[in-house]
Amino acid sequence: MSEMIATTKKQSRQLSAEEIREIEHEKTHYPYTQAVGLEALKIVQKHQGWVSDESLLAVAEYLDIPVADLEGVATFFNMIFRRPVGKNVICLCDSVACWMLGCDDLKAQITSRLGIEYGETTEDGEFTLLPVPCLGACDKAPVLMVGRETHRHVDPENLDQLLNELQRENTKSKKTM
Amino acid sequence: MADGMSEKVSITIDNQAIEVDPDKNLLEEVLSAGLDLPYFCWHPSMDSVGSCRQCAMTEYADEEDQHGRLIMACMSSPRDGARYSLQAAADFRAEIIEGMMISHPHDCAVCEEGGECHLQDMTVMSGHTYRRYDGTKVTHRNQNLGPFIGHEMNRCITCYRCVRFYRDYAGGTDLGAQASHHHVYFGRYDDGPLESEFSGNLAEVCPTGVFTDKVFSKHYSRKWDLQTSPSICAGCSIGCNINPGERYGTLRRVVNRYNDEVNGYFICDRGRFGTGYVNDDAVRIRQSMTRSSQDADPVLVSNADALQQLQDMSGAIGIGSPRASMEANFALREKVGKANFYAGLSQQEFAILQQILSIYQDTPAHIASLKDVEASDAVLILGEDLTNTAARMALAVRQSVRHRSFEKAAEQKIPLWHDAAVRKLAMDERSPLYILSPHATRLDDVSETTHICNAGQAARIAAAVASRFDKEVLAPEKLDKAEQALVKRITASFKGARQPLIIAGSNSMSLPLVQSAANLAQALYQKNELTQLALVGSEANGLGLMLLMEDSQQDLQQAFATGTQSAIVVENDLYRRAPTAEVDHFIAGLEQLAVIDNIKTRTGEQAHLVCASATFAESSGTFVNYEGRAQHYYATFKPVDSILPATRWLAPETSLATLTQACSQTLANCAGMADLTPGQDYHYAGLLVPRQQFRYSGRTAMRANKNVHEPKQEQDPDGIMSYSMEGVSPLKEARVFNTPWAPGWNSNQSVFKFQDEVGGHLKQSSIGVRLLDKRNSAEEGGYIALDSSEKNTAFPLYHLFGSEELSAQSQAIQARATSAYVAMNPADADRLGFNAGGGVTVQGNGVVPLLLRDSIATGSVGISVGLPGLNVHDVLPDVSLEPAPQWQAPPQWQPDNIIVSDRLHKLHEQEGD
Ligand code: SF4
Ligand code: SF4
Ligand code: FES
Ligand code: FES
Repeated sequence: MSEMIATTKKQSRQLSAEEIREIEHEKTHYPYTQAVGLEALKIVQKHQGWVSDESLLAVAEYLDIPVADLEGVATFFNMIFRRPVGKNVICLCDSVACWMLGCDDLKAQITSRLGIEYGETTEDGEFTLLPVPCLGACDKAPVLMVGRETHRHVDPENLDQLLNELQRENTKSKKTM
Repeated sequence: MADGMSEKVSITIDNQAIEVDPDKNLLEEVLSAGLDLPYFCWHPSMDSVGSCRQCAMTEYADEEDQHGRLIMACMSSPRDGARYSLQAAADFRAEIIEGMMISHPHDCAVCEEGGECHLQDMTVMSGHTYRRYDGTKVTHRNQNLGPFIGHEMNRCITCYRCVRFYRDYAGGTDLGAQASHHHVYFGRYDDGPLESEFSGNLAEVCPTGVFTDKVFSKHYSRKWDLQTSPSICAGCSIGCNINPGERYGTLRRVVNRYNDEVNGYFICDRGRFGTGYVNDDAVRIRQSMTRSSQDADPVLVSNADALQQLQDMSGAIGIGSPRASMEANFALREKVGKANFYAGLSQQEFAILQQILSIYQDTPAHIASLKDVEASDAVLILGEDLTNTAARMALAVRQSVRHRSFEKAAEQKIPLWHDAAVRKLAMDERSPLYILSPHATRLDDVSETTHICNAGQAARIAAAVASRFDKEVLAPEKLDKAEQALVKRITASFKGARQPLIIAGSNSMSLPLVQSAANLAQALYQKNELTQLALVGSEANGLGLMLLMEDSQQDLQQAFATGTQSAIVVENDLYRRAPTAEVDHFIAGLEQLAVIDNIKTRTGEQAHLVCASATFAESSGTFVNYEGRAQHYYATFKPVDSILPATRWLAPETSLATLTQACSQTLANCAGMADLTPGQDYHYAGLLVPRQQFRYSGRTAMRANKNVHEPKQEQDPDGIMSYSMEGVSPLKEARVFNTPWAPGWNSNQSVFKFQDEVGGHLKQSSIGVRLLDKRNSAEEGGYIALDSSEKNTAFPLYHLFGSEELSAQSQAIQARATSAYVAMNPADADRLGFNAGGGVTVQGNGVVPLLLRDSIATGSVGISVGLPGLNVHDVLPDVSLEPAPQWQAPPQWQPDNIIVSDRLHKLHEQEGD
C-alpha cells in the first residue's frame, strides 16, 4: 500500500462570484465546455493577476474537464501566467526590427534601473520583464507593451519617463489602499 | 481501418513497381512492401497525424518531373500510377532527425530503451550520425508517475504518440501535452500514479526512453540479454499474448506479443505488472514439503519422496483449477479417474461457466474475438465490469464506438487513417454502447447510456429487447417508463447496426444474465447474421476446465459432499471458491491432502503434502480463453530443480506434448488442440527454436562467480524450444513466434516484418485454435428459460489490481490495490441505519469499511471480490451486515484515492456535500 492514487494532492480554491459569472457567460458561446478553458483562464488571470495551481484546479473542476487538459492549454499560451507576475508586465519586443533599433540597450536600461532580468519580477512585486516576439509594429520599432498599452519608438528618455509614471501610479495605488 | 477492400493500384518507388491499397496511407504500404522508411508518430493501431515529419518521401508529378516534391508518406494516399522515391528524400529525413535530437541527452548507455529503441533504429536508418548543435539543451523535471511507469522527459522527441495512445485510444485523462515549441512536456498535471489501466503500454508506444517499465528498471537487463518465450497472460480469461523475459533465473518483465485476433499491440497493466510473484520467495513454494498433521510444521522433502507420496495416494479425488493449464488438469483427471475429478469451482461459477459452454455450442451468433469486438458498431454490456474483469476487452469496446466517426469521415471522403481529422470531425458522436451495470463503470465516458440496475433487472431489459426481435421471447413485466424507453433505444440501435455485439460473463455471478444475453443474441441473429456474442470468464483457463469436465456436474460443493479422506488439489486455493467454514470442514475431514501449487495458499498451509509447481513462466501448457481459443504458452525459463511443472508431478513419465495430444483425442470439442504446437517434424535440420537472442551475452561468464565450468545448456523435455542461443530463430519460421527482431529494427516495431501486411496476420505464427467454432451451424438450440431463483441482494465488485489471485501477490500491483470493502447507495445506508464513513461487520469476516456511492443500484450491496479481508463466498447470496460505527479507518485506507470502476475520487466529492 505504499503508493496510492492521488489525482493530485493540491486543493482547488473557491472561484469568486464574479469569475463564475464571467465564465458562465463564456459558456454560452461554445458547444463544448472544453472550449471554454482558455477563456476561463483569461478571466481568472484578469482577476487574480496569474493562474495559480489552486485556480487551475478550480477552473478544471468547475468546467468538469481534466486538469491535465487545462494545464496543456495554460502552458501552451505564454501570456497565461502560471507564476505570479508583477503588477506591470513589461513585454519587450526582441525580434529583428526592434533588435536592429536597439532593444538590447532598452533591456539593459530596465535591468539596471529595476534590477530584474528577463523572466524576473522586482522584489516589491511591481514589475515583471518578459521578452516577446514581434508585436507587429516594426515600423515604429523599438516597441514594448505594458498591460494592454503598446509603446512605440521607445528610447532611453521616454522609457525612463514611462517607468517613472508607472512607479508613481504604483505608490499612489498603494497609498489609497 | 477501412472496412471494404478496394482495388489495388500500382505505383513505383525508386523505379520498383508495387501494388498498393489506395485506402491505406503510403507509409503503411511502403512498410507492407518490406521497404524501410523511418517514422515516429504513425502507429499501426493509431494511424497518422503527421506530427513528426520523419516519413518524408518524394512524389513526382509526372514522368518529366525531375525534382518532385516532399510529401509525408503517412499523410498521403497512394496515387494510381504515381512515381515516388525514398532515396530522394533521404537528406531531408536526416535533417529532421537531427532537429529532433537537438535536446536529446544521448544517454543510450544508461537508458532502459537502449538496444530496443525505435529512435536509435530510425536515427541509424536515416543516416544522421553527427550532431552539429553544441548549444545548451532543454532539460525537464521528471515526474513520479507511480509504481508502473518511469519518466525521463529529456529523451522526448515530441512525436505525441504517448498522449494519442493514453487519451485518444485508451480514454485516460491524466496525461497531457503541455507547453509549446522547444519545451513541450508530456506528463501529468502533477506527480502521481498514472490512472489508466493501460498505462504500461506507454513503455512500448513511446519510441524513446521517456516512458519505461519501472518494475523492469529496478532489475534491468538489455533486451538481447533476456531469455524469452511466446507466452499467454494468466491474468484473466482474455488470454493476451505476451512475451516474458528472464535473466539470472528471475522473471524481469512482460511485454506485449502481437496477435491480431486477440490483444493486437496492447495489454493491460495487470498482465504487464502482475507477475512479480514469480520471483518472490515470500509468495512462492520452492521446495516440496510434508506435514504429519494439518497444524504441524512442514518438513522439506526431495522430489523423489514427494513423487512417491503422490503415487501412493490411491482412491483420492482430484480437484482441478481454472488457473492451471489444460494439461495439468487433464493429468490430474487421468490420475484420479474421470469419476473422481472435480472442477474446483464454486457451485455458482461452475453453473455459469457450464451454461456459457453450452451457449457457445448452441448459439447461432458468432463468438466475438477482441478483433470482432472492435469491429462491432453497436454494443450492449450486461453486468460485466469489463475494465476490472477482462480489461483488454474494455479497450476493444472503447474502439468499437468509433465506427460512427469512420462513417462520418467516409461521407466527407476523409481517409480513415487521418486520425486527427476523423476524431475532430466526430467530436463526441459515437456508435452506440449501452451498459447495464449495478454500478458506474470506467467505460461510461463513451457509453450512450449506462443504466444502473441489478442483474435481474438487466436480464429483464435484455429479454425485452429480445422480444422485439423475436415474438417467441416473452416480453417481461416489471419495466418502468425509463427502462421501456431504454429498451426502445437499444432496439433501434441494434436494428441500425451492421454488426451488433452482446457482452456478458461469469463475473456478474448471475446465471439469468448470461442466459438472457444468449437469448438476445439468438433473437437478434434472426434479423442479423453478423450478430456477435462474448461471454467472459474470470480466470485464464475457466472455459478450458469446463471442457475437461465434459458431461460431469462435479463442482467443489460436490467434492465436499463426497466425504472423501484423500484429495489432490492442483493450483487452487479452495478458500477463494467456497465459504470458509465449508472448506475448513472439508479439510478437517481429510486424512491426506496433497496440494500441488506454485504459491503459498491457505489451503496449502494445511496440506499433508505440498508439491512445488512451476508458474506460467517456468512451464508450458495450454489455456482456453473466454472465446474457446486454445493457446499454447512456452516456458520462459527453467526453475530450480525442486520445482516441477504440475504435469510432471501428476504424470512423471508423460511428456507435455503427449498430454496435449491426449486432450485433443479424448475431450469433446478439443480436437483442435492437436494443431496448437508444431510436431517433431517442425525442427529445421533437427534444431530447436532458441529462447535466447543471438546477441545474448555472458553465456560462458554469467555464472563464473560461482563456478568457472560452463554448465550444460538446460534441456526442455516439453517442447520445441531450447534454453540457448542455438537453433533456428523465428525469422526462419514464425510459427513459434518469440521476440520480434529484424535487421535494423531492434524495437517491438519490428513486428511488421512478420505480418502479411502492416497490422495484419502474422505470416505463420499460431494465433491459437478456436475450439468451439462450429463446423455446421445447422442445428440451433432454442431459447433458454431464465433461472428465476436469483435474489440480487448483493453484487460483486472487482478490481483490476487486487481481485485476481496471482497478480495480487505482486508488489507493483499491491501498490495500486486496496483491501476489502462493502459499498452501497447512501439512500439504502440511511434506510438501514449505516452511517457514512463507518465500517460494517460482515458475517464471519470481521469488519470492513463501508463506502457509500450514489452510482450504486439501490436495494443491493456491493461486495469486493478477492481483496484481503473478505471471502465473497461467505457473503453471497444471502448477505447479512451489521453496522460497526466504532470502526476507524486504518491510516493507509484512502477510499477517495482508489481507482475503481465507480471513479471513487469523483464520487467522494459528492459524498462530502
Ligand atoms: S514522451 Fe515518447 S511518445 Fe510522448 S511525445 Fe515524447 S517521444 Fe513521443
Ligand atoms: S489480465 Fe487479461 S486483459 Fe490483462 S493482459 Fe492479462 S489476459 Fe490481457
Ligand atoms: S520586431 Fe519588434 S515589433 Fe516587430
Ligand atoms: S510518421 Fe509520418 S509524419 Fe510522423
